[in-house]
Amino acid sequence: MSGWETVIGLEIHAQLATRSKIFSGASSAYGAAPNTQACLVDLGYPGVLPVLNAEAVRMAVRFGTAIGARIARQSVFARKNYFYPDLPKGYQISQYELPIVAHGAIDIVLDDGSVKRVGVTRAHLEEDAGKSLHEGLPGVTGIDLNRAGTPLLEIVSEPQLRSAKEAVAYMKKVHTLVRYLEICDGNMQEGSFRCDANVSVRPKGSDKLGTRAEIKNVNSFRFVEKAIQYEVTRQIELIESGGTVVQETRLYDPDKGETRSMRSKEEANDYRYFPDPDLLPLTLDEEYIEAVGAQLPELPDAKAARLVAQYGLPAYDAGVLTASRELADYYEAVARAVPSQPKLAANWVMGDLSAALNKEGLDIGAGRMPAERLAGLLTRIVDETISGKIAKEVFEAMWASGDSADRVIEAKGLKQITDGAAIERAIEEVMAKNPAQLAEYRAGKDKLFGFFVGQVMKATGGKANPAQLNELLKKKLPG
Amino acid sequence: MIHRHTLTRLAADLRARKLSSVELVRTCLGRIEASQPALNAFISITAEQALDAAQAADRALARGDGGPLAGVPIGHKDLFCTAGVRTTCGSRMLENFVSPYDATVVERLKAAGAVVLGKLNMDEFAMGSSNETSYYGPVHNPWNTDMVPGGSSGGSAAAVCARLISAATATDTGGSIRQPAALCGVTGIKPTYGRVSRYGMIAFASSLDQGGVIAASAEDAALMLREMAGFDRRDSTSVDAPVPDYVAGLEAPLEGLKIGVLKEFFDEGLDPDNERCIREALSVLARLGAGLREVSLPNISLSVPAYYVVAPAECSSNLARYDGVRFGHRCESPRDLQDLYKRSRSEGFGAEVKRRIMTGTYVLSTGYYDAYYLKAQRVRQLIAADFQRAFGEVDLLVGPATPTAAFPLGSKVADPITMYLNDIYTISANLAGVPAMSIPCGFAQGLPVGLQLIGPHFAEQRLLHAAHRYQLETDWHLRIPERFA
Amino acid sequence: MYDFCTDFRFLDGTLMALTRAQVESIAHLARLELEPAEIPAFQDKLSRIVDFIGELERADTSGVAPMAHPLSGLSQRLRPDAVTEGDGRELYQRNAPQVASGLYLVPKVIE
Repeated sequence: MSGWETVIGLEIHAQLATRSKIFSGASSAYGAAPNTQACLVDLGYPGVLPVLNAEAVRMAVRFGTAIGARIARQSVFARKNYFYPDLPKGYQISQYELPIVAHGAIDIVLDDGSVKRVGVTRAHLEEDAGKSLHEGLPGVTGIDLNRAGTPLLEIVSEPQLRSAKEAVAYMKKVHTLVRYLEICDGNMQEGSFRCDANVSVRPKGSDKLGTRAEIKNVNSFRFVEKAIQYEVTRQIELIESGGTVVQETRLYDPDKGETRSMRSKEEANDYRYFPDPDLLPLTLDEEYIEAVGAQLPELPDAKAARLVAQYGLPAYDAGVLTASRELADYYEAVARAVPSQPKLAANWVMGDLSAALNKEGLDIGAGRMPAERLAGLLTRIVDETISGKIAKEVFEAMWASGDSADRVIEAKGLKQITDGAAIERAIEEVMAKNPAQLAEYRAGKDKLFGFFVGQVMKATGGKANPAQLNELLKKKLPG
Repeated sequence: MIHRHTLTRLAADLRARKLSSVELVRTCLGRIEASQPALNAFISITAEQALDAAQAADRALARGDGGPLAGVPIGHKDLFCTAGVRTTCGSRMLENFVSPYDATVVERLKAAGAVVLGKLNMDEFAMGSSNETSYYGPVHNPWNTDMVPGGSSGGSAAAVCARLISAATATDTGGSIRQPAALCGVTGIKPTYGRVSRYGMIAFASSLDQGGVIAASAEDAALMLREMAGFDRRDSTSVDAPVPDYVAGLEAPLEGLKIGVLKEFFDEGLDPDNERCIREALSVLARLGAGLREVSLPNISLSVPAYYVVAPAECSSNLARYDGVRFGHRCESPRDLQDLYKRSRSEGFGAEVKRRIMTGTYVLSTGYYDAYYLKAQRVRQLIAADFQRAFGEVDLLVGPATPTAAFPLGSKVADPITMYLNDIYTISANLAGVPAMSIPCGFAQGLPVGLQLIGPHFAEQRLLHAAHRYQLETDWHLRIPERFA
Repeated sequence: MYDFCTDFRFLDGTLMALTRAQVESIAHLARLELEPAEIPAFQDKLSRIVDFIGELERADTSGVAPMAHPLSGLSQRLRPDAVTEGDGRELYQRNAPQVASGLYLVPKVIE
């Protein structure tokens, strides 16, 4: 498949974490009984009118400022007209010609560690549609309009992504960003963060875009990657076998791992956009935009750079640790408790802790291992109360019991032996028990040094201070 | 006969306990029932609720309470949503639609104590100029029942003309208050866009629709409007500005008022009999001390075509919600989703509504948007600028409200363009969003003629003042068709 | 006053007519079903309307901004983010033609 270049643009829909809907006072909470959170405005009842939610606007401006975009001093809401049962008014209120956010950029880190800047064409406010339910309803489709009117920020990238991996890296970065900004909960299972991918291929070196297919509504990073990979292969095979790609909407089927054409939406839509006469142009003044900008938290890139500078971490570690604000805060709390060993803290947070969390599908924010407790464990490594190896055992016990490191060390008697005389006694016992090996070592088989380390460790229950043990062994073995 | 009294007089008499609301409402209900076969002004008559409300008003008045309109009988154009009472919008589509909520206008008039006797007939979805597009049959002009009452607020105009009720709510998208008011010889005011909340007023064309009043006099209209108008946080296009007391200051002299006579409105399309009445009215205004001069709105001839792009465009989108899913007409046993949409909508909407939806769909579609929709929006700007220029020179503009008096039922239904041109003098005020009135100023061959007054944004008080002063000098507004006198 | 009734034609006097196919496609876009017999009437009337509004072409609007709203200069008001609406399902669904388990029902939508 060399000879082809992949061109991908993503449209990410992030549900904004407002309490009420974008144009009505109905709750936007997830999971209520069908249509109990669909008020007259959401239902498109005759005579009702939309009024814009201030918080949705603030969140859009927050996002725009965070990606260095231009915030429109005047933006306009437009109607996108089409008939669909989950679209109550027969039109979606969106923004078309004048979106609230335009011309931003997001940096992503590629596999080789280089940084790529991806342009964000625009981000606009719009209302979500309801849901169609097919299961358990023979011959009919049920419509639940609770989701109708939930505020969405549609974030449109430039077609600058060149592989499924890049697309995922970009999507993850946006995901990180919206959660840093606290404008979207990022919950992909509930559909709070979902993505349409525009995919096309072209011969390498060509500057003309190929015909694109739009893969609709993919709601996991893994599926986005797989769907794009499948689609790229499909298009290349199609073209190479003499076919042509048609511009169409496709759906990713995760069970089959393939994309397929959505025949029902094949018919060319003419959305007849025009400015919504029920809403006035949204004007934002400098003061407002500046005030929103002044309230931005430290953003992932800046935070990662700071972690590198302040703690001397490798860029990779800083990138991993800043994937979410909670993780970064956690790391910093641990690192502050063991100021001499920031890298040790990073290793533990990214290693054992992350593994344990993943295994149980927990979030760092779940509080299962508070930062001060992990810091307590690392403190005991630093002050040589326990060895790094024993620390893993302690960690496991702490994870299971919720006890502090000191309590586990105490209860299990894992405190490191630093008493030279005690270690010497143990060495002498081991030497006495293994005369043959001792003779071989003394005859020049240096490799057996490790054997004696192991035996002494075993005899001390792993608690002997490794450095002291080494030193004493070197002194005693030669006899 | 109490029904002949103005709303202002009735409100005062009720407050003075000279008559009871129950008595008044009974009389009106009787007149409404009796008039229905001839006029068909009402789609729904809410006798029971009205009598309950009248009793409540009487009790409040007895306590010395009750709002400014306590006990006064009114009607609502059947596109104002009324909780618990069906709201049809003159359409089969909403034949069984019962709104779960009250429109802001309905709520405010209720709070002012007005008693609602029923829902008034209208052109379907307010699309029409003769009331002949109503699914519930045409309304007849009380002056001559072979004639149209005008539209779309034909029921409102006819009911006030025949003094079935003291005043009625109405709406005006391209002349739907002023044209029927003119054709029925009553007083109608379309306020500034944004002055009266559109919440609960079923939309035809959102950037043009404005709720207003049809009443027997400017003084009555002022009282009604004062209670209806004002900011509503549920309507983003409602204007947050204080509502003056429109009733106060009506008596002030007209001296020094600069009135512009609209040059283009007196061109060849105007019926000579109508022109005679209008010219006479102008001389009355001059006699009252107003200074008259001719004013030109050079782009006014483009207002009708601009309107017939903008209004259908907005309507095509506004009426997409009637899809047979959540409310409104649904066809029998739909085969599939498309069949559900198409048959429900085709059965639910009448021919004129379908034409406008299709016109609107066409002008917004790819390839035509710039040539029609965007072009019309630019022309709209030109027309608005014409008004702005004119109001730099004069305080008010005057001219005819319609080119002719009422025409026979059935005479213009065949040709949509001829019908559209009936609104030729009224449409520009909607495009510019300025307030305008029609007041009776004479008769052309036995049928009423309306004088139109147009003011700058938020000059309702000025309009009402000029109209009231005129009505103090004339008695056209007091004439009632013999049959209903 | 300009005479609309006679002069909304092209310079050569022809009427700009919509084809039957155009009328059908507009009707479909608007989800309206026209009986085959009514199409000619719609075609005729819509053609006349389209012709009539074609008059706009004559206006010189160079440099004129489109006016979407009659009160220019006003800006969209914002609503505080508060939940003000409760569950009105039972009341709101009284107007619904077909519901079950709180859902609005439509014929099966196949994806």
